[in-house]
Amino acid sequence: MELKRVVVTGLGAITPIGNTVEEYWNSLINGVSGCGPITHFDASKFKTQFACELKGYNANDYFDRKEARKLDPFAQYAMIAADQAVADAGIVPDKLDADRVGVIWGAGIGGLLTFLQEVTGFAQGDGTPRFSPFFIPKMIADIAPGHISMKYGFRGPNFGTVSACASSTNAIGEAYNLIRLGKADMFVTGGSEATINQAGVGGFNSMQALSTRNDDPTTASRPFDKGRDGFVMGEGGASLIVEEYEHAIKRGAKIYCEIVGTGMTADAHHLTAPHPEGLGAKKVMEHALSDNGIDPKEVGYINVHGTATPLGDIAETKAIKEVFGDHAYNLNISSTKSMTGHLLGAAGAVESIACILAINNGIVPPTINHFEDDPEIDNKLNFTFNKAQEREVKVALSNTFGFGGHNASVVFKAL
Amino acid sequence: MSDIASRVKAIIVDKLGVDETEVAPEASFTNDLGADSLDTVELIMEFEKEFNIAIPDDQAENIGTVGDAIAYIEENAK
Repeated sequence: MELKRVVVTGLGAITPIGNTVEEYWNSLINGVSGCGPITHFDASKFKTQFACELKGYNANDYFDRKEARKLDPFAQYAMIAADQAVADAGIVPDKLDADRVGVIWGAGIGGLLTFLQEVTGFAQGDGTPRFSPFFIPKMIADIAPGHISMKYGFRGPNFGTVSACASSTNAIGEAYNLIRLGKADMFVTGGSEATINQAGVGGFNSMQALSTRNDDPTTASRPFDKGRDGFVMGEGGASLIVEEYEHAIKRGAKIYCEIVGTGMTADAHHLTAPHPEGLGAKKVMEHALSDNGIDPKEVGYINVHGTATPLGDIAETKAIKEVFGDHAYNLNISSTKSMTGHLLGAAGAVESIACILAINNGIVPPTINHFEDDPEIDNKLNFTFNKAQEREVKVALSNTFGFGGHNASVVFKAL
Repeated sequence: MSDIASRVKAIIVDKLGVDETEVAPEASFTNDLGADSLDTVELIMEFEKEFNIAIPDDQAENIGTVGDAIAYIEENAK
């Protein structure tokens, strides 16, 4: 059976450094930090009091009041990103075979704020259950693809992917594979997350996963820096329209790039710590490259998982050196989480867009907030520290690794 | 308009996102005000909370219009 070719024909993003793809990209290449004090709730008793929140976000700018009330923020961000991507792809739903268009969406957690509010309400009551009928359909992580399908009438394959911080890479990977196999013509895919609330920050704080650099939030996300002390939480969403190549050509679509591989592995090692030698990370990159026979030497840019946790950055660096050998030193590597923070389940989609636009624009976004080399990290590698670098990128790789030991990578190639 | 009627209407306006002028006594939640089955459940729960009453499911099924809700609550509210 001959596999179909798969291309990307639309992008959408609402991120802490830009509420559209254009704003997001401009901030990325200018090294803008999206971090600041938490405004969503009173964080004064929390170990971490900052995050990368969306800027100037008001749900009523995007939804009518009734609609907004039924959407947890994670689903709002999904709808906004998907709407942008659908518009960018020039999709006219009536002109498509709706049974051949699906939605696959990643969220690591889903409607955590809704869960927190409903359970808090119950706990403060007299034991009488007064849960909103919208509690469950607001909270469940798969509701985002459900809403997108209802808005556009897309009746093809529809589900959510849950693999913590790898979730939306898995979503993109599934969309890619289903199109390759001829199961659909097009997917709205991507991911979204909204966990900057008491439960999210408190929970990740207890795991000691978050940076606590409260005196200097904008430099707190320091991937590969000696002073890194954990990740900075972000929020938002991003969407890709993934389409079968001939289908895209036939409707005269603008094509950003081709997807040429995806890999999925598990560390099978620990709840939260990465494999110390980066075994799962190494395997996932190998699988993604070999999926379509991409020579590692073709890769020009890796948007790394690089969350700025002490162990994770070391393990990923080791894995890159093993996979790429001497070519590792020719690569541009960057962690755009230094600017956006870590969007958890949305990270894969947000960072895939960074890869795609690096290919399209010949610019690699930087890893900002680099102050001091870490002797445990090979600093002969080019981490694109502090300033974007011009470079012709033919192939870019995006890595995402999730708590639970899930690893997923996706490879984009200039058409 | 009674106090109960105005409170009922305020809840409907808030939860269904409709204009106050649409909330006529004969208006049906599902046919006229755009409510689905979940919206209707939510409305009943809000009435229970606002008026501190319990509306059994078999009674709730009979509350289909704005007027039905006002009448039921006027009869049953303490």
